Amino acid sequence: MANFSIIVAKRIFNAAALILAVVILNFLLIHIAPGDIVDTIAGEMGGISQDLITEIRADYGLDKPLYEQLALYVSKILQGDLGHSFFYDVPVVDLIWDALPQTLLLVITALTLALVIGTVFGVIAARRPNGAFSHFITVLALIGFSAPVFWTGIMFLIAFASFIPLFPPAGMADPGLEPGSLDYYLDVLHHMVLPVVTLALIYLAFYSRLSRASMLDVLGSDYVRTARAKGLSDRVVIYKHALRNALIPIVTIAGLQFAQILSGAVLVEAVFTWPGLGTLALEAILRRDGPTILGILFFSAVVVVIFNLLTDLTYNLIDPRIRLGGRE
Amino acid sequence: MSAADNSQSQDAPPTFEAAYEIPDIEHPLREAARMFARNKAAVGGLILLVGILILTLLVPFFYTVDPFDLVWAPLSPPGTENALFGTDYLGRDILAGIVHGGSATLAVGASAALLAVVIGLSVGSLAGYYGGWVDEILMRITEFFQVLPTLLFAMVIVALFKPSVATVAFAIGVVSWTAVARLARSEFLRIRSLDYIKAARSISSSNRRIIWFVILPNAMPPLVVQATLAVGGAILFEAGLSFLGLADPNVMSWGFMIGSSRDYLMDAWWTVTIPGIFIFLTVLAVSLIGDGLNDATNPKLRER
Repeated sequence: MANFSIIVAKRIFNAAALILAVVILNFLLIHIAPGDIVDTIAGEMGGISQDLITEIRADYGLDKPLYEQLALYVSKILQGDLGHSFFYDVPVVDLIWDALPQTLLLVITALTLALVIGTVFGVIAARRPNGAFSHFITVLALIGFSAPVFWTGIMFLIAFASFIPLFPPAGMADPGLEPGSLDYYLDVLHHMVLPVVTLALIYLAFYSRLSRASMLDVLGSDYVRTARAKGLSDRVVIYKHALRNALIPIVTIAGLQFAQILSGAVLVEAVFTWPGLGTLALEAILRRDGPTILGILFFSAVVVVIFNLLTDLTYNLIDPRIRLGGRE
Repeated sequence: MSAADNSQSQDAPPTFEAAYEIPDIEHPLREAARMFARNKAAVGGLILLVGILILTLLVPFFYTVDPFDLVWAPLSPPGTENALFGTDYLGRDILAGIVHGGSATLAVGASAALLAVVIGLSVGSLAGYYGGWVDEILMRITEFFQVLPTLLFAMVIVALFKPSVATVAFAIGVVSWTAVARLARSEFLRIRSLDYIKAARSISSSNRRIIWFVILPNAMPPLVVQATLAVGGAILFEAGLSFLGLADPNVMSWGFMIGSSRDYLMDAWWTVTIPGIFIFLTVLAVSLIGDGLNDATNPKLRER
């Protein structure tokens, strides 16, 4: 067990170091970016004198040496202050906090759908490795990877919101509805269908293929052969023994894929005008709102690091070979 | 079995040649090519890719309509005269956009993938070969880049340094090299411990020679597959960035076509559907080839 605690400690320390590195990167990016708060203020004022520039810079601490500014930046981050948006004139954390739930709603729903259906597909395909369904999975995976996610979204939009107007084309909910009412939630659900399906399709293609490969791998191993030799029925073998072990790589990769998941979410949100973190990031970039962009970047990186850490630790826990004292 | 036997009779002692006969082994490249050719999907992908290359590299010399020119009424559906694929919201010819825009998309995809492979290979090979603290440091750096959300980071880079074909390719390359690095590292780690490396070292081959002339050629197969898939990924990435509006506005590309017509997609489906189809076909072709290469060089690991 001592082994395990050491692993945990090392991983946490690693994660903290990574986050610190991201903070430093963020800081450097802020200073490389042309234009800072002074230019924005000058722009708003329509003209500025040199004295005023010096004064503002002193106010914001921009005249201090770089490492002092870095220390200041780090301490601010530790306090949860990610800066102030140039464009929206509110603290960046507020913007992120408001947009986050919407994105999470999309991503978590799509991911859950894809993982569940994908695993099932993979199991079915693995039972008959050369059958029609198995080939279907491979083809699905290929199409899922090759089609640009925003294009698939647009296709759905055109098909189901224009040709056959089944679903609303944009936004999250009808502005006329009272938030919190049942009508409101149903409306959100209605708006959610197309973006979730688009996102889920991409993940589904990947996970069914992964699940099939993992399942095939497990089915060929010794303990499965033993179970079969014992006379256990196919169903018991698969669901009781094989599945649990086949799930390990799936769960691991699902956790590590979070960065890519976020990227997909940005594009889907853009297509469906879904008011989430992706739309916020895009707007911020187009409006050159430095603090917001970097705040989102930092936030996503932190989420990924934490997610990776959790997945790592969970993986170490599930796999008893590691937990019970295997060397790294 | 034996080649021309020069011995006079059966009873004569065996000649040197007969005893040390080198059997005809098929060259691994030849074997890989043969397996590739047997894979119908892979060959199909290759044909498709050749077709697309012809379309984007040769046809522009024949179909010389400028994709930025206004040729007809805006938002004309496919089939109207002068515009086989229709026009976009400004009246630009979609077919011209496809024909002339393909090369930009392909160029960015290829150069971004090349950059990713160069960086990834350098980092991964050094980490895998030298091990120790070199490995630790390089792996920390790799992890750092892995943590940054790829699309967002690429968007930031492009936004920082004025969108152009070069910055887009650079940004994509910079965020995509980590997968190559990991693969290169694992390959180098695996090969490093094999016997012929010990043999090479025992004749005092320098490290550089070993890396370049011994390990690298043997690590090639999975790396080539990875590079091929990286091209597909880079094309998708470029399309995404262009769609979001972060591309060179002076260069026509397929992603740019989709992005600029975004507001009109409900009324004019062809403006976004058609470029998307071509992106899809290109990436599909590249993926099929990559999968075919994978199967051809690793017959034991084939999933079938």
